[in-house]
Amino acid sequence: MSTRDTSVRRFHLTRKRAALTAGISIGALLMTGCVQSQREEGAGAEGSGEAVNSTFVFAASSDPKSLDPAFASDGESFRVSRQIFEGLVGVEKGTADPAPLLAESWETSEDGLATTFQLKEGVKFHDGTDFNAEAVCFNFDRWYNWTGLQQAETVSYYYNSLFRGFKDQPDEAVYESCEANGDNEVTVNLAKPFAGFVPALSLPAFAMQSPTALEEFKADEIGGSEESPKLSEYALGNPVGTGPFKFESWDVGQQLELSSFEDYWGEKGQITETIFRIIDDPQARRQALEAGTIDGYDLVAPADVQSLKDGGYNVVARDPFTILYLGFNHKVEQLADPLVREAIAHAIDKEALVAQTLPEGTEVATQFIPDVVDGYNEDVTTYDFDPERAKELLAEAGYPDGFEVQFNYPTNVSRPYMPTPEQVFTNLQAQLADVGITVTPSPAAWSPDYLDQVQGTEDHGLHLLGWTGDYNDTDNFIGVFFGQQKPEFGFDNPELFAALDEARGMTDREEQTKAYEEINEQIAEFIPAIPLAHPAPSLAFNERVTSYPASPVNDEVFSEIELSK
Amino acid sequence: MSAILPPAVGGSAAPTDPAIETGGGTGLWKDAFLRLRRNPQAIAGAVIIGLFLLVALLAPILAPYGGNELPGRTEITPTTIPGPGEIGGYPLGLDRFGGDLLSKLIWGAQASLLIGVVSTALGLAGGMLLGVLAGGFGGWVDNVIMRFVDILLSVPNLLLAVSIAAILGQSPYAIMIAIGVSQIPIFARLLRSSMLSQRGSDYILAAQTLGLSRGTITMSHLLPNSMGPVIVQATLTLATAVIDAAALSFLGLGGGLPQAAEWGRMLTYAQAELSIAPQLAFLPGACIAITALGFTLLGESLREALDPKTRQK
Amino acid sequence: MLRVIGKRIALLIPTLFGLSVLLFLWVRSLPGGPATALLGEKATPEAVARVNELYGFDRPLLTQYFTYIGKLLQGDFGVSINTGRPVLEEFATRFPATVELTIVALIFAIGIGVPLGYAAARHYGRFVDHSSVVLSLIGITVPVFFLAFIFKYLFAIQWSILPPDGRQNPRINATHFTDFYVLDGLLTGEWDAAWDAFLHLILPGLALGTIPLAIIVRITRASVLETQNADYVRTARAKGLLERTIRGRFILRNAMLPVVTTIGLQLGLLISGAVLTETVFAFNGIGRFLRDAIFGLDYPVLQGFIIFIAILYAIINLLVDISYSIIDPRVRVQ
Repeated sequence: MSTRDTSVRRFHLTRKRAALTAGISIGALLMTGCVQSQREEGAGAEGSGEAVNSTFVFAASSDPKSLDPAFASDGESFRVSRQIFEGLVGVEKGTADPAPLLAESWETSEDGLATTFQLKEGVKFHDGTDFNAEAVCFNFDRWYNWTGLQQAETVSYYYNSLFRGFKDQPDEAVYESCEANGDNEVTVNLAKPFAGFVPALSLPAFAMQSPTALEEFKADEIGGSEESPKLSEYALGNPVGTGPFKFESWDVGQQLELSSFEDYWGEKGQITETIFRIIDDPQARRQALEAGTIDGYDLVAPADVQSLKDGGYNVVARDPFTILYLGFNHKVEQLADPLVREAIAHAIDKEALVAQTLPEGTEVATQFIPDVVDGYNEDVTTYDFDPERAKELLAEAGYPDGFEVQFNYPTNVSRPYMPTPEQVFTNLQAQLADVGITVTPSPAAWSPDYLDQVQGTEDHGLHLLGWTGDYNDTDNFIGVFFGQQKPEFGFDNPELFAALDEARGMTDREEQTKAYEEINEQIAEFIPAIPLAHPAPSLAFNERVTSYPASPVNDEVFSEIELSK
Repeated sequence: MSAILPPAVGGSAAPTDPAIETGGGTGLWKDAFLRLRRNPQAIAGAVIIGLFLLVALLAPILAPYGGNELPGRTEITPTTIPGPGEIGGYPLGLDRFGGDLLSKLIWGAQASLLIGVVSTALGLAGGMLLGVLAGGFGGWVDNVIMRFVDILLSVPNLLLAVSIAAILGQSPYAIMIAIGVSQIPIFARLLRSSMLSQRGSDYILAAQTLGLSRGTITMSHLLPNSMGPVIVQATLTLATAVIDAAALSFLGLGGGLPQAAEWGRMLTYAQAELSIAPQLAFLPGACIAITALGFTLLGESLREALDPKTRQK
Repeated sequence: MLRVIGKRIALLIPTLFGLSVLLFLWVRSLPGGPATALLGEKATPEAVARVNELYGFDRPLLTQYFTYIGKLLQGDFGVSINTGRPVLEEFATRFPATVELTIVALIFAIGIGVPLGYAAARHYGRFVDHSSVVLSLIGITVPVFFLAFIFKYLFAIQWSILPPDGRQNPRINATHFTDFYVLDGLLTGEWDAAWDAFLHLILPGLALGTIPLAIIVRITRASVLETQNADYVRTARAKGLLERTIRGRFILRNAMLPVVTTIGLQLGLLISGAVLTETVFAFNGIGRFLRDAIFGLDYPVLQGFIIFIAILYAIINLLVDISYSIIDPRVRVQ
């Protein structure tokens, strides 16, 4: 804004001149013809529904990090991009399983390397260009060709973690090439088998974007310099997809507006204007709902669920697709002892924990994946709540009087799998004290302190963490946790690492499911950490919202919302 | 948050007529005490502080449970928290974690006292060191120190405290240190201007003609006679420390156990339960306000009593 | 006058330089780093190392510092790590919000504080005096975020007479030119938008205003006490001037001097308060942005902001001095 010259000059202004300039600028403001209302008459008020107010206001907890989903990895970015964009593959309603979306069907070759998609016809991007096979290949090639900063995990997390490599590291790359066979058929060739390929395409990061707009607004131009990566013009305000809503405006920190896309191929729904209002404080979101400024918000605090229901609001719980666990740092002497880990498993009353601290709808966990995910083992080894047994085991391990251990937990944060970390911590702390284990509390602000400490250093003992699944993929849970040696757990179990690595590469789904069932048992016996619960995140809505397409993987498109007034 | 006393103005309260050079308990201070006894504000402040000290020191006797104990852990669920009188044995009900609210309020007095005393002592010590160096030596020492103080003063107080707490990490001591350090520039500024206003006075000139060393003059004459405004500020800081601790806790800093019996912490956590258990927020909030009011009233009255301008009336 | 301003600026430069060094060291000494802040649960050690390398956080401190200063001198404050936008642009959109809020807070604090302080001094030592002092003190002894919370709970939730959050109703379709929402509404003739924006300022403004209120009451009281016994006031009385004239022309005017100073010095206090009130009211100003920057370790934002505040501080101090010469003809800026 101000270069060195102007800022220095400004200090030399005499008071009179300063006043004069101020006067002139205000005068100029008043005179310029542009100071007139830019209102579109009746915008938002009229729409398809006669009696329904077709403007829908949803409170988001933060701004999207980027409007370009390929360069995003956070929930708030995806919440917005799901309205604007669609992928080749969608999600079966209410589940985490893949379903046709822009691709009506697909077929994978015997060797698992080539997948041919039949595309939906007559689909247009918001900029009027056609969605076709060429556009699909453009997107795949765009991801594959990224270089430098574009490859950073902070920038393109999902492509990195699922497709592993880029054009400049072909040895690691999972993707190989894309061929358009006419307008409506496209074949994607992989360099190595990847059983999760089709489900992975349901991730919003792999949504189809308009090639014309990507080029026109220089979507790949991120960052002028290394230490200050900058969002592209595309990611700041020109996203173009095929979804039911198109981008209107973004007032950073305030709100983001979308409007209904007239040429949308599917059902447009009742809502013609969607506003995402940014309210970061959870309590403030609830109050905004009560005051009527918003129609709904996500991640309702467990304490609020009942009182909101009593107040006539609609509270919708998602099916849990989450896991909350108590992590062990195996580098800590006591925790390296399997007997101690087993003792702790017996010391924890998961039912009581769920009843006292977690929201309604939460399921007690026996393993690290929710039951809807392939490889869930019904008969996995479990450890019943039995404080006496826990004390015996501790004595056997050489700690008849218990021991002292650090317990890390995050503060001031609410995650889908852990709405109130402090409460979970106090509850567990008291349970552990009952069997003689004294914990030293070690709280830290969630990001970056806590994550840094727990995931990046050895300076932790017990800790709370969890995960929300992205799609129905077992590796997306246990592979992330236990696939390699990590500072978070600190153990080295080559057998487990190898088993996970092998399972990931299997092409046969049934064989893979079986392998994961075995791995889950293996984990249950090893006790690298204790799975606590699968908390169910809830949303709350104004009474006029009669139906909301709640999805365990947050695949919630607002055109499916039903309003009564 | 905390500069109840704007530094530039505070300096005016320096005694300009130090009849009794040795400080001591007569004259100025005795007079001030007599005046305090006639001031209803001062009495109100003293009563509040007296009660507060009593509760804080007798907490182990007064409180039915320990501050970190969770006697009612099994009585709470995510959507229900028993309120005052709803379950026997907990006259004010339980808190979110299953602690006894009454016990926690009582232990909270002790925590507040500790925070207030430690952080004020820190601010006072640091500020006096800088202030004495700057005011006593003058010249380039003064210049360098005051530039440094200016820099710290230009950073909003709460942000300074947050920044320090951010470096120190999450522990109850971090909060005390953060609040204390963020008070240093105010004390330094105050002491320096108070000392400067004394420097030209006759008794200092007299001491100089007697050939006393600079150090002796500074430590045994200048400093004792410049302490008035600093003591006032220290009283006020006891109040702001309690409030600032609550603010830092609200911003997510603090450390220790989440269920720790500390008013700011209790107030912060209670906000999520405001709709189902408002007493969890209002009672600690009231405790903070009343205690801070006590210290402020006393500090203000003390300032007035020490101020020679109002003294003459 | 010009020379005074010049001298002030000369003094500002070493302060700013010192500040930039301190700041730089402080920011780099924070535990953790921006890479983890960006990566969240997904931070693997390799990913963190890669990000640090890409962003230049692994280079020697001195190199980082000189790169930073070099850019700063060219007016480049860098790009926010959290939002991916230029820091200056971020300030430009949020600053008007905080200014609007601060103005409302000050109007409230001065509007109540000066008369209250004056009344207290007039009735020195009596009930009015004591109660006004206590009343104003309650304002600061209640933690500001808690006060904000109570205001919101009562006025916005229980009685629904004022909006609970934000700067404007999301359903109002308003045009924005200056980002001062009230002003925008007035300039464009969108009266409803201006009114709505104003309503959104009331609760956070009141909460924020309680902080300077107590100080203003106290200073006004002390200052009126002092002037009403001054020689020239006695002389004026002796000359038989109207009591109204004495109070208006002599006492109040002279008593305003320290009040003006104090208000000028409340800036830091107001910004600290804004961090808290803006958080409670989801008000999109500098305070809330700053809090996010601290917790997200957004280096460029923190560095830019403190430099910016230091400059602002110096300017305000200068303005305070200038306003002296307007209020008090005896004071000439030398």
